[in-house]
Amino acid sequence: MTPSQDAKPQPILEARGLVKHYGQVVALDGTDFDLYPGEILAVIGDNGAGKSSLIKALSGAIRPDAGEIFLNGEAIHFRNPSDARRFGIETVYQTLAVAPSMNIYENLFLGREIRRPGVLGSVFRLLDKKKMLDDATTYMRDLKFHIQSMTQAVSTLSGGQRQGVAVARSAAFARNVAILDEPTAALGVKESSMVIDLIRNVRARGLPVILISHNMPQVWELADRIHIQRLGKRIAVIKPNDYTMSDGVAIMTGAMNVN
Amino acid sequence: MSHTNQERTSSTSLVNRVFNIIAAFRLGPFLALLVAGAFFYIQNERFILPLNISLILQQTSWIAALAIGQTLVILTGGIDLSNGLVMALGTVIMTTMAVENGVNPFISIGMGFGVTMAFGLLNGLLITRLKLPPFIVTLGTLNIAFALTRLVATTTIGNLPDIQTIFGERISLFGTTFTYGAIVVFPLYILMWFVLRETAFGRHVYAIGDDREAARLMGIPVNRILIQVYVLAGFFYAIGGWLLIGRIGSGDPNAGQTANLDSITAVVIGGTSLFGGRGNILGTLVGALIVGVFINGLQITGVDPLFQRLITGILVIVAVTMDQLSQRIRK
Repeated sequence: MTPSQDAKPQPILEARGLVKHYGQVVALDGTDFDLYPGEILAVIGDNGAGKSSLIKALSGAIRPDAGEIFLNGEAIHFRNPSDARRFGIETVYQTLAVAPSMNIYENLFLGREIRRPGVLGSVFRLLDKKKMLDDATTYMRDLKFHIQSMTQAVSTLSGGQRQGVAVARSAAFARNVAILDEPTAALGVKESSMVIDLIRNVRARGLPVILISHNMPQVWELADRIHIQRLGKRIAVIKPNDYTMSDGVAIMTGAMNVN
Repeated sequence: MSHTNQERTSSTSLVNRVFNIIAAFRLGPFLALLVAGAFFYIQNERFILPLNISLILQQTSWIAALAIGQTLVILTGGIDLSNGLVMALGTVIMTTMAVENGVNPFISIGMGFGVTMAFGLLNGLLITRLKLPPFIVTLGTLNIAFALTRLVATTTIGNLPDIQTIFGERISLFGTTFTYGAIVVFPLYILMWFVLRETAFGRHVYAIGDDREAARLMGIPVNRILIQVYVLAGFFYAIGGWLLIGRIGSGDPNAGQTANLDSITAVVIGGTSLFGGRGNILGTLVGALIVGVFINGLQITGVDPLFQRLITGILVIVAVTMDQLSQRIRK
C-alpha cells in the first residue's frame, strides 16, 4: 500500500478486506472502509450487516481474522481498545459507557488521569484533581455543553447529558478519529438534539467523526457521506444529497443497486 | 425553584437536611456505632472504661486488617470468602518456619506474606484469566488454604520469637495500655483511604466495580488492576495474621474460620455496596468496630453468646437491604 498523490485527499482511517468470523457466522466478509479528514461519515446497514463488527475492528475491541487497517496511510494493528486510543481513535458506545457513581470530571479523565507535578505525581502517583477539574470545566464550556457542576455524580444526569459526557470525553482525547456507535439510540428527541449539536461542535473543531446510526433522518441531516454495509461488505458509499432516504434503505436491504 | 426551597422553614426540612448530611458524609455507620456504644454504656458503665475500649480494639484489629483487603475486593464488585483461612495459613507458615524449621523469624514472617499474596495472585488469575466468579474461586481457595494449614500444623505453635509477637506488646496511652496491634490498623486505614481517593489506581478500583465493561472500554487495564487488588488484599490478610499472632501469642491452625463472614460484615455494615463501585474504606473500620462493640458489649452485659451471631446476622441483612434500596432508587 503506497499512498498515492491523487487529487483526492488521503484517508485518515482506511480498511481493506476485513474478515471476521464468529464460529459459523460471518460478520465481516472482506469489507473496505475510508474516512476522510474533517468529515462526518455515517455507517448504516441492516441488523447483522456487520456494522458493529466493523466499528469494533476499527476501535480495537475485536481483532479481525484477515485484512488491514491503515491510519494516515500506515498499517496498524490494535490488540485492544487502549491501543486504538493510543493512536488517537476514540469510541463512544451506545451502552452509555460511563461510570455512574463517579463524577463528571473523573469520568472525563478516567484511564488518563493527570498526576501532580514532581515527586508527588511520579513517585507517590497522586492525582492532580484541581487541574482535572479546571481543564474539564474549560473544555466543556468550549463545547457549549452546560452542566452546573463538574463534581456531580454522572448518575444524577439525564441520559442525554450522560451521553454528552461520553461524546465530550472521546472528542477531548481523539487526535485522529471519534467513533460514535448509536450515540442517540437510548435517548428521546430533545436529548438527541443536544447530542447532535455536540457532534457538530466536535466536527467544527476539525475532528472527523464516524457515526453509526439506525436513525435515517439523523444520518441524512448530519452526515457528509454515508457508508452502506450489507452482508458483511461495503456495498456503496453515497452522499446524502444524491440519494433519498428511501434509496438508502433500498440499497441497505438489497432492493437497489449502485455502481 | 430556589425560592420555594428557601421559604420552606418547617421542621420537616430540618429533618431532611439532617438526613442529607448523614447521607452525604456517609455518617450512618458512625451513628450506629455511637448508638450501640451508648446502649451498652447504659447497660453497664464498665463498657466505656479505657481498659475495655483497649480490649475492643485488640479484639477487632485483626478482623479490621482483613476487612481492608475485603473492602478492596468488594469495591471491584468481587468477594473474597478465602481470607480468614488464607490468613490462618499465613500464621502457621510464619510460626512453624521460625519455631520448627529454624528459619530467621523475620524471614518467616516474610514467607507468610508470600503465601497469602500468592493466594491473592491465584484468586486474581482464576477470576481474570478463566473468568470464573469470585464467589466460586474463593470458595475453592478457602478449602485449599484450610487443607494446607492442617498439613503444615495440627496444633498451636507456641514459644514464638519476640519479633513475631511484637503486635502484642503494650504501650501506655490515655491512662491505660494499648497493644501495638490495636493501634496499627488506624494508620493502615488512613493510608488506604488516601490511596483510594487520590491515586489513579484507587479511582480505577471504584470504576471497575461501578461498571466493569465501561471501565474496560475507557481503557482501564481491568484485569491487571483486579489481580493487583487480590494480591494487595493478600498482603493485608498477612498483616491480619501477624496481628492475631501478637494477640494470642501463638500460631493457631484453627484461627480465622469465621473471619471471612466477619470481614464481609464489617464492609457491608460500613456502607460499601456489595454491587461494587460505591463505599468508603473508613466506613469499613467503623463497621469492624460496630461488630467488635456488639461482641464485647453483649459479653460484658452477660448475654448468651449466641445472640452475638444473631445480632450480627440482623445487622448484615439490614445493611444489605439499605444498599439494595438505595440502588433501586438510583435506577
